[in-house]
Order: sequence, then C-alpha cells, then structure tokens
Amino acid sequence: MMAIFIDILSWVLLITGGAFGVIGGIGLLRFPDFYTRLHASGITDTLCAVLIVFGLMLQSGLSLLTLKMVLILLFLLFTTPTATHALARAAVLDGLEPKLADQPQASPSEEEPPSKP
Amino acid sequence: MNTVLVATTLAIFLTMALALVRALRGPTIYDRIVAVNVFGTKTVLAVALITYVTGHADLIDVALVYALINFIAIVTVLKLVKTRDLAAEGSEDPR
Repeated sequence: MMAIFIDILSWVLLITGGAFGVIGGIGLLRFPDFYTRLHASGITDTLCAVLIVFGLMLQSGLSLLTLKMVLILLFLLFTTPTATHALARAAVLDGLEPKLADQPQASPSEEEPPSKP
Repeated sequence: MNTVLVATTLAIFLTMALALVRALRGPTIYDRIVAVNVFGTKTVLAVALITYVTGHADLIDVALVYALINFIAIVTVLKLVKTRDLAAEGSEDPR
C-alpha cells in the first residue's frame, strides 16, 4: 500500500517537474528582453530541478544513490543562482538596457509626462 | 514506472531544444549564455533521469560532476566576454 502511494507521489513530482521545465523553456523563447529571460531560466533551473530530483529520490528510497541526488540538488541550488547573478551583473556592466514598457525608443525626455500610468 | 521516467526525460529534452532555439536566435551574447546555462542544468537532470531509467546507479556521478563543471563554464565564458582577451579578433559585438 505504502509503495503505491510513494510511486504515485513521485510520478506527480516528476510530471510537474517536466511540465515546469517546458513552461520555463517556452518562457525563455517568448519573453521580450534579456532580463525577463533570466526569470524564465530561473524557473527551469530551480523549480524543475527540485521537483524532478525529489521525484527521483522517492524512487530510490534510502540509498547511496539518494545521497548523491541530495548532493546534486545542493550543488544545483548553490551554483545556478550564483551563475545567474554573475550573468545579470555582467550584462548590466556591459550597458545592456532593460526594455521598459513606456520608455520611448529615444532617451526619455522629462517634460512630456508618460502617457499611460 | 518506466513510462513516467521516459516521459519526464522527453520533457527535459524538449526544454533543451527550446533553450537551443534561444541560443541560436538570441540577439545579444548574454541571451546565448542564458540558453547555455539552462541547457547545462537540463543535461544534469537528463543524466540523472537516465540513471533511473537504465538502473545503472553509478551513472549519477556524471550528473554530479557536470552540475559543477557547468557553473565553472558559465563563469569562464562571462570572464571571456568581459575581458575579451581570450577571444579571437573580430567578435561580432561592436565595442
């Protein structure tokens, strides 16, 4: 009885992990500029990885394999945000302007108020 | 049980394909680095999933090592983009 429950739970985790991965991938394509794509890549990196690794850990129970899966999750959760931070910083230092909604293409002139709030 | 694992692996491969499309299309260098970063992380997950599909428990070390190497690769590429001294001449970005 318990095994079936664990199997179903790990199935759910695996499927939602895969779904979030695909959602993040689609977001990576559809977002307008670099900084929003960072958010999309964040979804796939952290949430999808956590769900899939937990789903897999349920599969293997208490074993060396699960310990290594925990280590993988730890490394991923430490290194991916750091890499994303370094990436965003490098982009900002390189002068990559985020695409703001109501900013006209030219530099925003102060005297005319922005049209929509 | 195997079908769910294979289905998740296919979803991960789809994500990797989408990341590759972004890598090819990305206007700036940084879009490409984001795509490579996502691709690397998904490789880790794909290898982990394949470990469970095939049942060879010692394949997990590949995913373990790759999770670290991917991070080092991203930081190295960032340093390369910033200092440009390793890059060959004529990188397409206007200075």
